[in-house]
Amino acid sequence: MTDVTVSRFDSPNVVRDGLRTVDYLSDDSIAGVVFLADRLGKPILVEGPAGTGKTQLAKSVAELTGARLIRLQCYEGLDESKALYEWNYKKQLLRIQAQRVGESAGEWSDIEEDIFSEDFLLTRPLLEAIRAEEPVVLLIDEVDRVEVETEALLLEILSDYQVSIPELGTVAAKQIPLVFLTSNNTRELSEALKRRCLFLHIDYPDIEREKEIVLTKVAGITESLAEQIVRIVRSIRSLELKKAPSVSETLDWARTLLLLGIDHVDAESAKETLHVLLKYQSDIEKAAKDLSSANGPTR
Amino acid sequence: MADDVTALPSGFDGGMLETLAGFVTELRRAGIPVSLTENLDAMEALRHVPIEDRSAFKYALAATMVKNNAHWKAFETVFEVYFSFRGSHYRLKEDETDDGGIESMLDELTGTREGEGGSGEGLSAEELAEMLYRALMDGNDALLRALARAAVTRYAGMEPGRPVGGTYYLYRTLRQLDLEGLLERMMGEAESKVPDQQLTELEERLAREEYQARLDALRREVESEIRRRLVADRGAEAVARAVRKPLPEDIDFMHASRDELVSLRKAIAPLTRKLAVRLARKRRHGRKGPLDFRSTVRHSLSTGGVPADPQFRYPRPSKPEIMVIADISGSVAAFARFTLQMVYAISSQFSRVRSFVFIDGIDEVTDYFKSTEDIAHAIHRINTEADVIWVDGHSDYGHALETYWERWGKEISGKTTVLLLGDARNNYHASQSWVVAEMAKKARHVYWLNPEPKSYWDTGDSIVGQYAAHCDGAYECRNLKQLERFVEQLG
Repeated sequence: MTDVTVSRFDSPNVVRDGLRTVDYLSDDSIAGVVFLADRLGKPILVEGPAGTGKTQLAKSVAELTGARLIRLQCYEGLDESKALYEWNYKKQLLRIQAQRVGESAGEWSDIEEDIFSEDFLLTRPLLEAIRAEEPVVLLIDEVDRVEVETEALLLEILSDYQVSIPELGTVAAKQIPLVFLTSNNTRELSEALKRRCLFLHIDYPDIEREKEIVLTKVAGITESLAEQIVRIVRSIRSLELKKAPSVSETLDWARTLLLLGIDHVDAESAKETLHVLLKYQSDIEKAAKDLSSANGPTR
Repeated sequence: MADDVTALPSGFDGGMLETLAGFVTELRRAGIPVSLTENLDAMEALRHVPIEDRSAFKYALAATMVKNNAHWKAFETVFEVYFSFRGSHYRLKEDETDDGGIESMLDELTGTREGEGGSGEGLSAEELAEMLYRALMDGNDALLRALARAAVTRYAGMEPGRPVGGTYYLYRTLRQLDLEGLLERMMGEAESKVPDQQLTELEERLAREEYQARLDALRREVESEIRRRLVADRGAEAVARAVRKPLPEDIDFMHASRDELVSLRKAIAPLTRKLAVRLARKRRHGRKGPLDFRSTVRHSLSTGGVPADPQFRYPRPSKPEIMVIADISGSVAAFARFTLQMVYAISSQFSRVRSFVFIDGIDEVTDYFKSTEDIAHAIHRINTEADVIWVDGHSDYGHALETYWERWGKEISGKTTVLLLGDARNNYHASQSWVVAEMAKKARHVYWLNPEPKSYWDTGDSIVGQYAAHCDGAYECRNLKQLERFVEQLG
């Protein structure tokens, strides 16, 4: 099965530059891990604070490689029939009834074989990714939302790229998809799952990278404003907040300032627009109070 | 993946393999669980990265072996020790050519000081300081690194074979560099650059933070430079042992350094969030409640009066009311803080949380937590406003408990769980352990949490045994791991 692997990238730098062409600014660790995942044929478990571009990474890689993105959104109560496959009961029933009308034309074993064939199978995201003929990127989003028991559903597909269906046998992958699992770290994932994956932690970007992101994503922003914005955001992130501003919130804030025609952020204009950056009243109050003192974050 | 899997990566020799084996052993000693498969994965991964690309090499190892972000820092330290650059630059003995190496590198980087490199003395102290200042001001990382090296050569006074930990050298070097002074000077220059010579408060703050970040980078450079030289002198294993630090969840509350406290505070937030999610799920997915007779009879109407479909009551396990009584005297303050933070973070699991703090007097601080959502603010108010000093500000458990019993004892009910936090080092005052006995009679549970290792209990002036005799349990809570385990069974 592994012999069909085609390396998509030549080196980490190729990944990095490629992602840049689709407007995703990566860093050494992101590019390195994506490169390795491709070479080793292993899934990537992406962890990190909300809004740092975990899901976007999978989308961008799909765009870069020209692959179809198949997404499985996880939630509490997700089960086999929603994640892997399901038998199409109604169609099976119809098939059986049609047989009756035709009056004992065939043996029961024929029907049985017939109704458990692929015609009656409803594929769900995981199976679909395995069966796809064309290259795909499989995104299993927010895997920490499913229960520990449900995680086991993923293990077979993650390590062997195959799905076992009792009635049909094993469906093996035609090609090895790139798999991304994202987690917001609301619970500890099982050892078995972690062991099968490469681990990638995406944190808030450093100041140069965030500035670059702002410059790329917000059209018409000046370099000095971008610089100021990311510095203030870094300053706010160093406070102890309930929810630190994410990259997407930085971008929202940059757009807001641009719309308001502010080209130089001072303490006043920062305070007035803080609600774009922070989502809790207590956080806003704290940041507002803190920004007006010169001595840096109160530690 | 068509070729031979057992082949070594190019550029690998026996020495490299040995280093890797040592590296993995050290990771495990530092507490990072690296399984056999992960180790093999790492080897496999290394076949694909160019060995001369150090950052790719590092991320290959990290992605395959470190599966928890809290362990990243520990990984990085071990990595630095085992895979630092090695070469003649890092020998400790005085060496003419060695010094020349750094000199010529500096020359290259700055383009000044022509033709002087390698001649004996080299940079004077003032020149070094000046270049460092410029490098910091311009944010020139390469120059900064070279200067950090020069500074270590000049100031650290490292001698081969001396069994001193790196911190001593770090201290010596940084003292000479005078980081505080540098920061002030940089701020001064930043100020003189703006038109009216006066930065607004926000600008000043941002500039200060930027320069502080650069100084931190310098400090890290110096640190890793010293580490490299130590490794060159004494070997990776010895240095790894010396610099090994506990993982955040294993840090001892009572002996945490300032840096460790910071990483503890960072670690506690995700931990409590996970805990809250876990507890909420446990509550929702608990077993069914008792049979609901009335509802069962009603449902039986549709089956002709046969109760074929038994109905159960929705389970409503009563939420306990928590009373936390915490010693906040110096030695155990950090412990009290983290416990309070954790209890309040999962307060939705309790019908009510009340908190009391004491040293030798006792005061209720529940309102501090009610008025703000910010735990740090509440802790600050506790430290400044709470009336906890009765006579001399040395822990007096006996008096504090007695006062508690007089003022709030009546409010303990059968639904209350009482948590007593402290090391029970009573400074030889009377224990008044009858209060705990009375509490235990009225309350649902009484637990004692002690941040001291169990082997220290009841030594010296510790009288935890006298109190524990009346409690439902006394637990050692020295680190986040133990604290989390206890709080989970509480919810």
